[in-house]
Amino acid sequence: MTEVSVTKEDVVPTGELVVLKSVNKHFGALHVLQDIDLTIARGEVVVVIGPSGSGKSTLCRAINRLETIDDGAISIDGKPLPQEGKELARLRADVGMVFQSFNLFAHKTVLENVMLGQIKVRKIDKKKAEENARALLDRVGVATQADKYPAQLSGGQQQRVAIARALAMDPKVMLFDEPTSALDPEMINEVLEVMQQLARDGMTMIVVTHEMGFARSAANRVVFMADGRIVEEAAPEQFFSNPRSDRAKDFLSKILHH
Amino acid sequence: MFDFLSDYDDPSLLGAFWMTVKLTVFSGVGSLVWGTLLAAMRVSPVPLMRGFGAAYVNIVRNIPLTVIIVFSSLGLADIFGMTMGAPDDFDLQGFRLAILGLVGYTAAFVCEAIRSGINTVPLGQAEAARAIGLNFSQTLRLIVLPQAFRSVIGPLANVLIALTKNTTVAAAIGVAEAATLMKTMIENEAQTLLIGAVFAFGFVVLTLPTGLILGWLSKRLAVKR
Repeated sequence: MTEVSVTKEDVVPTGELVVLKSVNKHFGALHVLQDIDLTIARGEVVVVIGPSGSGKSTLCRAINRLETIDDGAISIDGKPLPQEGKELARLRADVGMVFQSFNLFAHKTVLENVMLGQIKVRKIDKKKAEENARALLDRVGVATQADKYPAQLSGGQQQRVAIARALAMDPKVMLFDEPTSALDPEMINEVLEVMQQLARDGMTMIVVTHEMGFARSAANRVVFMADGRIVEEAAPEQFFSNPRSDRAKDFLSKILHH
Repeated sequence: MFDFLSDYDDPSLLGAFWMTVKLTVFSGVGSLVWGTLLAAMRVSPVPLMRGFGAAYVNIVRNIPLTVIIVFSSLGLADIFGMTMGAPDDFDLQGFRLAILGLVGYTAAFVCEAIRSGINTVPLGQAEAARAIGLNFSQTLRLIVLPQAFRSVIGPLANVLIALTKNTTVAAAIGVAEAATLMKTMIENEAQTLLIGAVFAFGFVVLTLPTGLILGWLSKRLAVKR
């Protein structure tokens, strides 16, 4: 496990930002999300962990409707998730998303990647967008790579650019779908450090990850999923030292002791 | 040996090939635009558009070009009175009808080339675009199509070369391009083989650079992943 030491300031969560109510989803015969109830407060950092196939990525992707749900309700900042169309696009702009495979626009430079959404969605003028983009790239530590293409960057750098691209939209909440799973071990920390900093700055974050170190140090709450259900929710110290469910005990014993 | 070539001046050899070039350029641009629109329809979330795109491609690409061009002239112009803005100038009318037919036909192939290019763009690219709030048309125009085009420059070069040669079908409705002149020459002259060689050479001169230049471009513009 990668340990990133950090002193977590106590962020006081206020107000419900993301609310999921009895959400269900099937992939064919597989009931991948089963009656999911989850509420994330403003400023809260929630880490979702669990074994492969437990539905954690699907849950993350359902929040900005990259996956549709069969029934139940998802609302963000008090507004229910809209159907396809303009409303949905507007909502997605408010929800930043970071993917496992970075998904930087391959035909655009790093700078253009971070500027695009600001110009086309937020209608910010080009000069201001470039200023913002350069500041964000500086913040995630890749300012010197601005004019390169994504394929010329290392995985860790690409993922930090992807975080900057999401931040450029000034989102209310950030979703991280296994952001470090495709990275070489030595690059994981540089991405986690950026995420730690974001958490300290009070960003609301939902992070699907296998990085227990990050969960311990940055999360306000750990959500443990297995077989499409939320099995356990607890503060990280309590979850890691004293898990209540057998499923969680089993999972932790497999990943922590080797 | 080549003396007879200078006996023709309406059109001259160069004039006839110039007509071939004009047919190719106008039809090329037109079919690129219409083919791209068709491809956009075929990947759109609207079932009616997808259905139209699929039906269009499957019908049009399976009809012989000669039938399409002849129908443009006999059907559209003579029966339905579609004179393409040139009711009195039959040369211009034939030229425009030939372009219409060539665009309609070639667009089906352009569409399929671009659609295969769209399939080479990883799904994550479109997901990332949607995740920052781009709508369907922005995602297609700004992210997916630019990458798709770069990956199908090679196949599009094939379509363009085929189009250059397909312009000879316009002879069927009397457009004064290379194949029309060739037919006239063959009727009038004895050097049949020589005439064939001259026109074959003319087409190679037109199409060979197309293939070479676009091949070079496709390497240069390839998207690195």
